[in-house]
Amino acid sequence: MPADRSLFIIVVGCGRLGTYLADHLSHEGHSVVVIDTNCAAFAYLSAEYSGFKVEGDATELAVLKQAKINEADIVVGATHNDNVNLMIAQIAQKVFNVPKVMARILEPQREKLCHTLGIVTICPTTLAGDGILASIRGFSIPAQEGADPCTP
Amino acid sequence: MHTVIVGGGKLVYFLCRSFLAKGYQVTIVNRSAAECTWLARQSKATIVLGDGSDPRILQEAGATTADAVLAATPNDEDNLVICQLASLRFGAPRTLALVNDPDNEATFQKLGVTSAFSTTHLVSSLIEQRAGFEEITAMTSVAEGKVNVTEVLVKPTSPVVGRALAEIQLPDNSLIGCVLRDSEAIVPRGSTTLKPLDRLVVITLPENHGQVLRALTGDDT
Repeated sequence: MPADRSLFIIVVGCGRLGTYLADHLSHEGHSVVVIDTNCAAFAYLSAEYSGFKVEGDATELAVLKQAKINEADIVVGATHNDNVNLMIAQIAQKVFNVPKVMARILEPQREKLCHTLGIVTICPTTLAGDGILASIRGFSIPAQEGADPCTP
Repeated sequence: MHTVIVGGGKLVYFLCRSFLAKGYQVTIVNRSAAECTWLARQSKATIVLGDGSDPRILQEAGATTADAVLAATPNDEDNLVICQLASLRFGAPRTLALVNDPDNEATFQKLGVTSAFSTTHLVSSLIEQRAGFEEITAMTSVAEGKVNVTEVLVKPTSPVVGRALAEIQLPDNSLIGCVLRDSEAIVPRGSTTLKPLDRLVVITLPENHGQVLRALTGDDT
């Protein structure tokens, strides 16, 4: 399904989240560049992935420039390292004026700082936690009818 | 003065030793238990075990009352987050970061770190500016490395001996600020003539530094 307008999207980190995003976005017709320090990580991308792959450390300005960050519409920090994601998001937003920037942050304690800095974050820890809590709160033990469920 | 230093290794150890010798209060944050034990045995600093980019650890290290927070871990991203947490969350008045990538110096300052130093940059400019000039005895950089102040000895073989300053063609944006002769300091005019064994205090920019020194010493290196 082609998108209304093709966007230029940089995904930093080619782990589980990075490959998921890169594959979907590429499939939807966007131009995607994925950056990872280890080129072996690119093996997890699907065969249909048609974007670019840049091997390098994205905290190095030269690597971000090589990925053409100055032309990007969207930058997503999707490495397993919160601080890397937060640093790249800030560079994208404040140095290169990228219109939409997101960072995956695993440690909920650090989210407050991100919000002070005006960085949009996605925290899988609180997402999963809230989902599980909501499911627990909606759960009640069915009324017992005689038999003790603990005895086989 | 209370300084919080995040990081490890010899650099942090020697920094801590020199700060303590000046009477500063020092807290070191390090994520390795073994290194914390070693630091605690070697110095009188307060040692906190943990990740310095975790707000709880920084708070425990006293970031709220620190006069300066220095982030000296090997990772640029950690140093950035440590400095930002310290200033935005805990109100530290001065934050300093070591950076590996020289390009990050400017970026970090743009993102609110008070000062960022690239060791690569410092060492490479020192090597470039010192190498080959034995007459140079002291050099300092001011304004974050934008201006160099150098002391240069006028050797008897120097092409500038016996010439008035007005005759010496120095590159633009450079200046002989002072002539030290027989333990006397002269603020020179165009008519001041240079003599052997004068010491010149020269003000240069990094881009013309080499040119100016070559003009004064006559060395082709």
